[in-house]
Amino acid sequence: MSISRRDFNKLLLAGTAGSAFGLFGISNTAFAARKRVVVIGGGFGGAATAKYLKKLDPTLSVTLIEPKAAFVTCPFSNWVLGGLKTMKDITHTYTALRNQYGVNVIADRAVAIDPVKNSVKLSSGKVIGYDRLVVSPGIDFKYDEIAGYSKKIADSSMPHAWQAGPQTVLLHKQLQAMKNGGTVVLCPPGNPFRCPPGPYERASLIAYYLKRHKPKSKIVILDAKEKFSKQGLFTKGWERLYPGMIEWRSSTGGGKVVGVDAKTMTVETELGAVKGEVINLIPSQKAGKIAFEAGLANEKGWCPIDPASFESTMHKGIHVIGDSCIAGAMPKSGFAASSQGKVTAAAIVNLLRGQEPISPSLVNTCYSLVGPNYGVSVAGVYRLSEAGIVEIPGSGGLTPVDATDDQLEQEALFADGWYTNICKDIWG
Amino acid sequence: MSRTKKHVLAMLAAAPLLLASGHGFAATGQEASKPVKPETESRGEILSLSCAGCHGTDGKSASIIPSIYGKSPDYIETALIDFKNGSRQSTVMDRHAKGYSDDEIHLIAEYFGNLSKKNH
Repeated sequence: MSISRRDFNKLLLAGTAGSAFGLFGISNTAFAARKRVVVIGGGFGGAATAKYLKKLDPTLSVTLIEPKAAFVTCPFSNWVLGGLKTMKDITHTYTALRNQYGVNVIADRAVAIDPVKNSVKLSSGKVIGYDRLVVSPGIDFKYDEIAGYSKKIADSSMPHAWQAGPQTVLLHKQLQAMKNGGTVVLCPPGNPFRCPPGPYERASLIAYYLKRHKPKSKIVILDAKEKFSKQGLFTKGWERLYPGMIEWRSSTGGGKVVGVDAKTMTVETELGAVKGEVINLIPSQKAGKIAFEAGLANEKGWCPIDPASFESTMHKGIHVIGDSCIAGAMPKSGFAASSQGKVTAAAIVNLLRGQEPISPSLVNTCYSLVGPNYGVSVAGVYRLSEAGIVEIPGSGGLTPVDATDDQLEQEALFADGWYTNICKDIWG
Repeated sequence: MSRTKKHVLAMLAAAPLLLASGHGFAATGQEASKPVKPETESRGEILSLSCAGCHGTDGKSASIIPSIYGKSPDYIETALIDFKNGSRQSTVMDRHAKGYSDDEIHLIAEYFGNLSKKNH
């Protein structure tokens, strides 16, 4: 018996209309090979996508490619530096994704993408085909913008600790080894970068540690910017909790870093040199490596996408989410990446069924701790408009500057609660 | 049994053979297939995905943040409207609730409010 594809599609429509497949006891998957979605990167974006793909459509074959056996989150790594959490507290495995959600987790590195043959090559040489690919590689660093600086120096003496892991441990040890009266130099990068309030939460929680253990010490922030996220809230918090301990220099006020000397532990700025016992230089950033190798990034170093589905505008069938993508008004944060991952999972489920994605609803909340009982936050709700992803007017915004102590304490408690829940939502 | 239904049955019986010979639609990529969980693409669920980032998957909180799961649609809708118009005190919920229309709040409340009845 022969049957044309057109007839076959008619048949499928008939089956859909009358729910006939169920009546006949033949499942959908008996007809279609399982649709394969491959996700590169097991962080906030990638792991959320993998989990929600399986949650929204358990018939999908979902493969997550991540070289690390466990993921250490950048959110709350500052709490480790302040002595409020341990590295174990911020480390999450893929056991639940594998066992509870049926995600095929492969502990390997994706080294190449073939957007024509729809396949991903792993460092082992294995090639995996996909119907849809999600790329969530986080950030990479521009080591060559500062004279005397390199990846080797970041790994050994001047950790950025902006990808949580060994450098977080190194920075923590350096702080613990520093003498009372030492100077910590913290150098935040220019925009755009991962976690805009992060460097200032870090200054706060290092100050919290120093105030208790090394109270004669100080922190100098040499900033590549003229202003920073939650500036009014942080500045007020620093005056209240750590008076005289934190000095912030704007880019034009001597903050712009032009070079470093790792041997003498010196940072060169446009207005002179600054020495530090601990130097935490966070370099400028760009999309993760695989995004460049696959031709997904533009000349500015980030990945343009269709904001309705996060599908790359460079290569069809590939979605780019998280810090690597250009997501309009959304900041580069773990929360934003997970929100994008869920929206992308829903869009992919629709696209694989030949349907248009439903217009996305996106969200972000970034809690920062100024002290253990002193939390501040920024929130945003985002929608698609003709101008791309925009914040809903009148929504979102910062903790009020006149917030009461009770409110600030409540925010600190919710920050901790948020971390528990978002990690469980993604890896749990 | 009508002639059309017979025709469909005959084709269904033939379908596995088609797949085996490589002419099935699976090989062609993007054609529509029968949704396994058609309700999953509802606007209410898309909106509710945002809530899970703080309140937990399906609104089930494992921390100090209140659960949404198990609460009634009326309770959720009233709470969100009160957060939105400022009549209920909050830390971040007032800032979030202002990002949703009353219709969207209704959809979110319906989605979460009925979730526990769906045996999720």
